[in-house]
Amino acid sequence: MPGTEPVPGPPEPAAPGAPALAGAPARADDVIHDIGFRHYDGTRNGRGWVVRSLLVETVRGVFGLGRPARSKVMPWALIGILLVPPVIIALSILLTHSTEPPISYTQYPGAMQLVVVLFVAGAAPYCVSRDLRHGVMPLYLSRPMRRSDYALAKFAGLAISLFAVLALSETLLLVGALLAKLSVGHQLAGWAGGVLTVAVLALVLSGISLVVAAFTPRRGLGVAAIVTGLLMVSGIVQMLVAIADQKGYATLASYLPALNPFSLVDGIAVRLLGVAPTDNATYPAGAPGLLVFTAVAIVTVGASLAVLVRRYRKGGGV
Amino acid sequence: MDPLGGGRAIGDAPPTGPAVVAESLTRTFGPVTALSQLTVEMPHGVVGLVGANGAGKSTLIKILLGLLPPTSGRAQVLGLDCATEGLAIRQVVGYMPESDCLPPDVSATELVVHLARMSGLPSAVARERTADTLRHVGLYEERYRPIGGYSTGMKQRVKLAQAIVHDPRLVLLDEPTNGLDPAGRDEMLGLIQRISTDFAISVVVTSHLLGELERISDHLVVIEDGVLQRSTSTADATQLSGVVLVEVTDGVAELAALLRAAGAQVADDGGAHTFTVELAGEWVLDAIQDGAADLGVGLVRMQRRRHHLTEIFRPEQEGAHARH
Repeated sequence: MPGTEPVPGPPEPAAPGAPALAGAPARADDVIHDIGFRHYDGTRNGRGWVVRSLLVETVRGVFGLGRPARSKVMPWALIGILLVPPVIIALSILLTHSTEPPISYTQYPGAMQLVVVLFVAGAAPYCVSRDLRHGVMPLYLSRPMRRSDYALAKFAGLAISLFAVLALSETLLLVGALLAKLSVGHQLAGWAGGVLTVAVLALVLSGISLVVAAFTPRRGLGVAAIVTGLLMVSGIVQMLVAIADQKGYATLASYLPALNPFSLVDGIAVRLLGVAPTDNATYPAGAPGLLVFTAVAIVTVGASLAVLVRRYRKGGGV
Repeated sequence: MDPLGGGRAIGDAPPTGPAVVAESLTRTFGPVTALSQLTVEMPHGVVGLVGANGAGKSTLIKILLGLLPPTSGRAQVLGLDCATEGLAIRQVVGYMPESDCLPPDVSATELVVHLARMSGLPSAVARERTADTLRHVGLYEERYRPIGGYSTGMKQRVKLAQAIVHDPRLVLLDEPTNGLDPAGRDEMLGLIQRISTDFAISVVVTSHLLGELERISDHLVVIEDGVLQRSTSTADATQLSGVVLVEVTDGVAELAALLRAAGAQVADDGGAHTFTVELAGEWVLDAIQDGAADLGVGLVRMQRRRHHLTEIFRPEQEGAHARH
């Protein structure tokens, strides 16, 4: 075989016949041995592994791992911001000797709305539009997975990343409360409710932002569209609720928050866990309210996934 | 072959059956027919798929990868049905797209390791094979830098590396020499030849330039407007032709006249001391020798020429140009 030196062994050890310097450390990178192209007869994992790999890569990429330093700035700065309030809250509990944190576990993500939106807006375009813009899709589609697998892996990757960040801040809030010597059982129950809430929030926000990102191939445009979209919806819904309240449509006013992801999830938490609502919002009472809000959340996530899968069935270059 | 390799080695376990089979393959996009009743068999080795832009090469590759269902007809890759066994095909086939497809913000190593995993390799194997493969395609220190800063030639090498990193049995290369300068083109063609001969991976390579594929292909398939024009082994196509080149020390015109008088087809090939004769039979060779002896001129050489593929395909190619 031309260009091949049949060296029986991995390339790392010093070449046989090379002057062996006794005691000198092996400088493996000094010489490159061409041992020819090696074939692979080991296991080839199936679709499950492939999708999992894509999911892991997505999570890594969201946090800028394996990407240049400037890709790490935004996510980690926002994570830093998200982690400061728990410290302040813990201090405030200690100073005021109160028995409850000034903000509940379920209210916390809503209070940090801007930071959460910025995080997901920065991450979602990376997840999908990068591959569309640089034409990477053919490299994925020519591998043993289906088109919908790609969309699902990206969705799961973003949702897990967002959940990790939110759950971490919930946990820090718990740590702060426990350090301030609040009742452990009570705080743990609150924390569990908070984690459940952010899990739903992560799913809903990921679905919506991925759909927006998948249709805005330019990264900057995607970020802007997601930020303005989510914040504007929040503002408009608040306005509509106020108007409906004033005009005396109380029932309508209580259902309208379902249109804003943050109040939608808050509403579910309030009805499901019996916690206090964010900003004294009113949500529809009883089981019908819970049912409607939960249905809206499920439909939102389901529709987002359907649109994403459709988007990649059509697009992608191959 | 590589003594470590285990697995396939050339001559050791020759792949059986054709690499690619298409039977009456038709694909239409609305009113446009991309492929029309294409029936062709491609053997293992290097197969050149030649056709002008828009001839249906890329459509054929998408069907072979199981990404595009044919409108009618069927296709097989390595004995696997393209319509139903796409996943299995994509596990043992590599693909190098024609277009730019590399994200600029990751290094070649990061990308190829990731894509190797995406082909089903476990992580440790993916890392090891990535290092090997990038070295084989000629990427060394620069493989740790972000791809955004690479030259076209380096990017093509990364694209090639990701197509062979999982040790496929067949690799589909779509216009791998696109955008390369002549030197880069030669290197890429050399690499492709090595993939077949040294790595024992079958290759289907497309190009709109017959000339460059002729050098490396064992078999050539020409399609035009979705219709098969020719499928031939390169060895057959470049067989000895029926033309003899004659070089004499002097008296070219006299000898040519003598041969014409004897009934041979003589063509002037522009040389001062050479001409060509159609080899209609053994008697022509005798006539050349006798003629030279009679005229008293020195016969420097009589050489049977080989066909050049470009000559054979010229009518089709010209037809293609005329129509576009």
